[in-house]
Amino acid sequence: MSKVDSRLAVNLAGLQLNSPVMTASGTFGFGLEFRDFLDLNRVGAVMVKGTTLAPRAGNSGQRAVETPAGMLNCIGLENPGVDKFLNETLPQLREYDTQVIVNIAGATEDEYARLAEKLTVPGVAALELNISCPNVKQGGIAFGTCPESASGVVRAVRNATDKLVITKLSPNVTDIVAMAKATVEAGSDILSLINTLIGMKIDIDRRRPVLGNVIGGLSGPAIRPVAVRMVYQVAQAVDVPIIGMGGIMTTEDALEFILAGASAVAIGTGNFVEPELAERMADELSAYLDKTGTASITELIGAALPERQTREGGGCTC
Amino acid sequence: MGKVKTLGDKRRFSATLVQQQQMNHDVYRMVLSAPEIAAMIKPGQFLQLKTGRLMDPLLRRPISIADADDGEGTLQLVYRVVGEGTKYLAGLQQGAEIDILGPLGNGFTLQGERPLIVGGGMGIAPLLYLVRALCPKPVDVLLAGREASELFWIKLFAERCQAVHVTTDDGSLGTKGNALALLPQLLAQGQYDMLYTCGPDPMMEAVAKEAAKHGVPCQVSLERYMACGIGACLSCSCGAKDGSRKKVCTDGPVFWAEEVML
Ligand SMILES: Cc1cc2nc3c(=O)[nH]c(=O)nc-3n(C[C@H](O)[C@H](O)[C@H](O)COP(=O)(O)OP(=O)(O)OC[C@H]3O[C@@H](n4cnc5c(N)ncnc54)[C@H](O)[C@@H]3O)c2cc1C
Ligand SMILES: Cc1cc2nc3c(=O)[nH]c(=O)nc-3n(C[C@H](O)[C@H](O)[C@H](O)COP(=O)(O)O)c2cc1C
Ligand code: FES
Repeated sequence: MSKVDSRLAVNLAGLQLNSPVMTASGTFGFGLEFRDFLDLNRVGAVMVKGTTLAPRAGNSGQRAVETPAGMLNCIGLENPGVDKFLNETLPQLREYDTQVIVNIAGATEDEYARLAEKLTVPGVAALELNISCPNVKQGGIAFGTCPESASGVVRAVRNATDKLVITKLSPNVTDIVAMAKATVEAGSDILSLINTLIGMKIDIDRRRPVLGNVIGGLSGPAIRPVAVRMVYQVAQAVDVPIIGMGGIMTTEDALEFILAGASAVAIGTGNFVEPELAERMADELSAYLDKTGTASITELIGAALPERQTREGGGCTC
Repeated sequence: MGKVKTLGDKRRFSATLVQQQQMNHDVYRMVLSAPEIAAMIKPGQFLQLKTGRLMDPLLRRPISIADADDGEGTLQLVYRVVGEGTKYLAGLQQGAEIDILGPLGNGFTLQGERPLIVGGGMGIAPLLYLVRALCPKPVDVLLAGREASELFWIKLFAERCQAVHVTTDDGSLGTKGNALALLPQLLAQGQYDMLYTCGPDPMMEAVAKEAAKHGVPCQVSLERYMACGIGACLSCSCGAKDGSRKKVCTDGPVFWAEEVML
């Protein structure tokens, strides 16, 4: 097992990581599941499965299916609830030298706020707001699809905790920059992007949707160019650090996100294929720094961005 | 042969393909050299195989252990070609290396003096290794298939089992009908003290019900779509009778029949 390389350390608005490689929520369980595959101490941060106030059973029927260079999932936020997480999981996770980021999800602003209060305890480094959930008070439209409802959630959490607040943006919007600006203004310390893209698959033999929930979230390499583009645009529009994710399978993929403006990255679907990826990627990033004579990973953050004043958004892509 | 290197983790290995044999029009049997896995694996556990070099297919494919020989350091897998991943496996030549996670999941509980095993379709695969583990106890097996060509298994089980009973949906071999065409009368003899089953959910549900009726403890081995196989994604989740959720990949795939909802 290799040692921690101080050149890989990054600091995101006070969130100190010994590696810029984290693991994305819902793709790494509670971290403990991976003890047989990697050294958790070498993972920058573990973003735990989306946690809700009460336990949730999730969706019925088939919950995942592979699609070209990716997969669709409709897990439905199955989780044991915040109390069980605090009592049983967190104490075990705290034994490792990795930051614990808790991904939270609610059906109302108040639920998010109550989760944030409960999670304002030692051992939790930051809260990541999953705003891709349906807003019960607005007929089930996801919080993360409109700047006003997304900002409402961020403000509610901001007022309930002094922990770092990370807002996880949904890519299922027409203007990701508007979402980013609104959620930063509402008090986000950090942004993470992207969550899954909504999609579906039909079984032509049964002539029915494959997933029990009909639609699901697309993840994996198929979404990477979309994610890189969004990080690149958002990095030019806001001043908070960004955690980039979406289809990262290799160190080269991670570097794309960092060069596009991400201060750290998270591996999602890649954990399923190569459970030790987060650890190996840290080693490979060190090797990349050696090879390119780079003193620290922080030199690379946003290195591919144009000068801020010259471009606001993107040009026409037609 | 026998050259297996770990890829740096405790449960990720590179196995070498020793032999590949076609069993019927779409089922293959593969012998792998993988001493580390052969030394650890228990009946009912499974492996996650990388079935392509890079991203096509992306996810690993779960395959049960059909047999393992610790002395030889080998594993046997029996699989049906149903899509890209299994087609890739069928095309591999002797000497090919396969990237494997495993052993994964919890296996069968070995108990009872007179076990009966009921298998249907590809669910028969993990039961062959179970029989080896139960030896020298006298084991009877009931194999159910759609038609005769699916039951190439008979000769593999015959050398290890006391009695092999067979049913086919079309009556082309053995008793016509499904496993339930024969199971009640076998259980009525009253000699069995443990039942193991693996196959389609409706078959296992019916088998478990029959076992309960005769007061015979029963274990079922579930199959669910698995994205990770290691407890991380929750795509394989199933409902437990106590109202909780179970992960088929890490809490199972083997469960006591009364634990889970089929
Ligand atoms: C624990 C476990 C053990 C298994 N053991 C064996 C075994 O020993 N031998 C064997 O032949 N098969 C086994 N399977 C099923 C095997 O994993 C699938 O057939 C395989 O993943 C299909 O991959 P593919 O790329 O060839 O087909 P795909 O293109 O992925 O799928 C082709 C068809 O198979 C179906 N399918 C895919 N994955 C599964 C799955 N996990 N369960 C049920 N249907 C699926 C798809 O819905 C689709 O209709 C097992 C599955 C599990 C969960
Ligand atoms: C099976 C699965 C479950 C997920 N669960 C959550 C979740 O609970 N909360 C959340 O914010 N994101 C969840 N995600 C989204 C991932 O964290 C990540 O944003 C997305 O998958 C893109 O990264 P990837 O392409 O590397 O997987 C989930 C993704 C997958 C594949
Ligand atoms: S297959 Fe991922 S949790 Fe079971």
